[in-house]
Amino acid sequence: MAAPALILFGVFAIVPLFGVAALSLVHWDGLGDITWAGFDNWQAAASDPVSRNALWLTVKLTVLCVLFQAPVSLLLGVFLAGRQRYRALLATLFFLPLLFSSAAVAITFTALLDPNFGAGSALDLPLLTQNWLGDPDLALYVIVFVIGWCFIPFHTLIYQAGTRQIPRELYEAARMDGAGTVHQFLHITLPMLKYTIVTSTTLMTVGSLTYFDLIFVLTGGGPGNATRVLPLDMYLTGFRSYDMGRASVLALVLVAVGLAVSLGLNRLTGANRMESQSEGS
Amino acid sequence: MAKQQSEHRPNVAGAVLAWVWLAVIVLPIYYIFVTSLRPREDYYAENPLSWPANPSLGAYQRVLENDFLRFFMNSVVVTAVSVAVTLAVSLMAAYVVVRSRNRFGRNLFRVALLGIAIPIQAAIIPVYYLIVQLGLYDTLAALILPSIAFSIPLTLLILTNFLREIPESLFESMRMDGATEWRILLRLVVPLSRPALATVGVYQALQVWNGFLFPLVLTQSAETRVLPLSLWSFQGQFGVDVPAVLAAVVLSVLPMIAAYILARRQLVSGLTAGFGK
Repeated sequence: MAAPALILFGVFAIVPLFGVAALSLVHWDGLGDITWAGFDNWQAAASDPVSRNALWLTVKLTVLCVLFQAPVSLLLGVFLAGRQRYRALLATLFFLPLLFSSAAVAITFTALLDPNFGAGSALDLPLLTQNWLGDPDLALYVIVFVIGWCFIPFHTLIYQAGTRQIPRELYEAARMDGAGTVHQFLHITLPMLKYTIVTSTTLMTVGSLTYFDLIFVLTGGGPGNATRVLPLDMYLTGFRSYDMGRASVLALVLVAVGLAVSLGLNRLTGANRMESQSEGS
Repeated sequence: MAKQQSEHRPNVAGAVLAWVWLAVIVLPIYYIFVTSLRPREDYYAENPLSWPANPSLGAYQRVLENDFLRFFMNSVVVTAVSVAVTLAVSLMAAYVVVRSRNRFGRNLFRVALLGIAIPIQAAIIPVYYLIVQLGLYDTLAALILPSIAFSIPLTLLILTNFLREIPESLFESMRMDGATEWRILLRLVVPLSRPALATVGVYQALQVWNGFLFPLVLTQSAETRVLPLSLWSFQGQFGVDVPAVLAAVVLSVLPMIAAYILARRQLVSGLTAGFGK
């Protein structure tokens, strides 16, 4: 009875995971013959300035994404955990970005950020009328913002659920002792949300590492290579430059970095992943 | 920051941020909507955030005239088949995990836990190779099969956790009556797990509906194009006709908004249960 699930999952998920390791050791253009390459692809990828830059950009993007998303989602989630009716309405509206595909979001922001016909000209704010996506110094920050637009709602949900699990008595006792709002937040809410913070941050990190479709439609990696992060570099190397071997190397680097980060984050905080999952749900 | 009903001091920082964030969320969505109603010739003349002086459905008409319905139907087929098969095979596997007394069940569950952590990006090149070898490149099946495979781990996890709640005595009494495993699955497990199936089904439907990487890599022609990819190609095709592109965005998200209105609770709990994605 378990066979259909096992076969489907095995063939299209487990086999590819080993397949990618095998493909990193061959030359293949995606159509023609496969020839043995040894570690050629690894050497080529390691010495390629574009891929090295892609790795650096991915790290930068990930750090910026976490720094932007974590505090905003934490504050919003704690706020939305309140039971007032207008907060429920806000929560309903906050969810909306999760319904849009990355392609839809990217297309919308391309139009909205257009220096001549976008929101900047609508509000007549010179600060907003920059060439957001065409300026190599700005494009990555724009991407961080748009990713935040997509995913802060999700992390807000996690924090909202996590905050609602905190026993109310803790706050009542603290109020009795005359503790203020900020004090309660720092000494009750934050420590009680420890596992939620670990879960959410791990998901943010791994998500930012693998983020592809939004950047692909928004900038295609440009201007120049200013937003060519690792997953994008992998796609372009494999399916545009037809070098599947080298793209497989990049895919493996992606998996390795992702696994290392999520293991590291969990070890660092001493939190068990399953424990944190059950806490928030 | 106290946040229960008996609030003594308001959470000022949270409130300010919440209202600012509301503007950040709503502004682009409002922009999509008003722009899709703006006549093409007014797009460059009017204020982008104003209500159109002459609202029209012309942009929607141009989108519908460009094969939008075919792309829409492709998405419907891929999403419906993927989700239906995912639910069926995952429920069967979850039943095995819950009922089996041996190591097989436990190991199956462990594999599923690991599977949640596999990013699609990492597997895409071998998946492409497999699909080409199977002769499925540029077919809807090329999208359906991997979509199912990558939906199974999380679905299995959620369904297994749900099935564990079913009292042992229910299984026993059916077995006493001589029911086969299949009969127990169909008559007992399926009806009881309906809420969990709805939750995870709505969530996976959202994932498949909005998926971009599989269609980008595994299909090519307009015959097999699904919605997210069609938005991207509309952007290239319509170019300066931004109202038409955004009308396509509106049409593509409508089913998900309908699902959100009808099954909000399921979608929200599916997402929070779906931490792994």
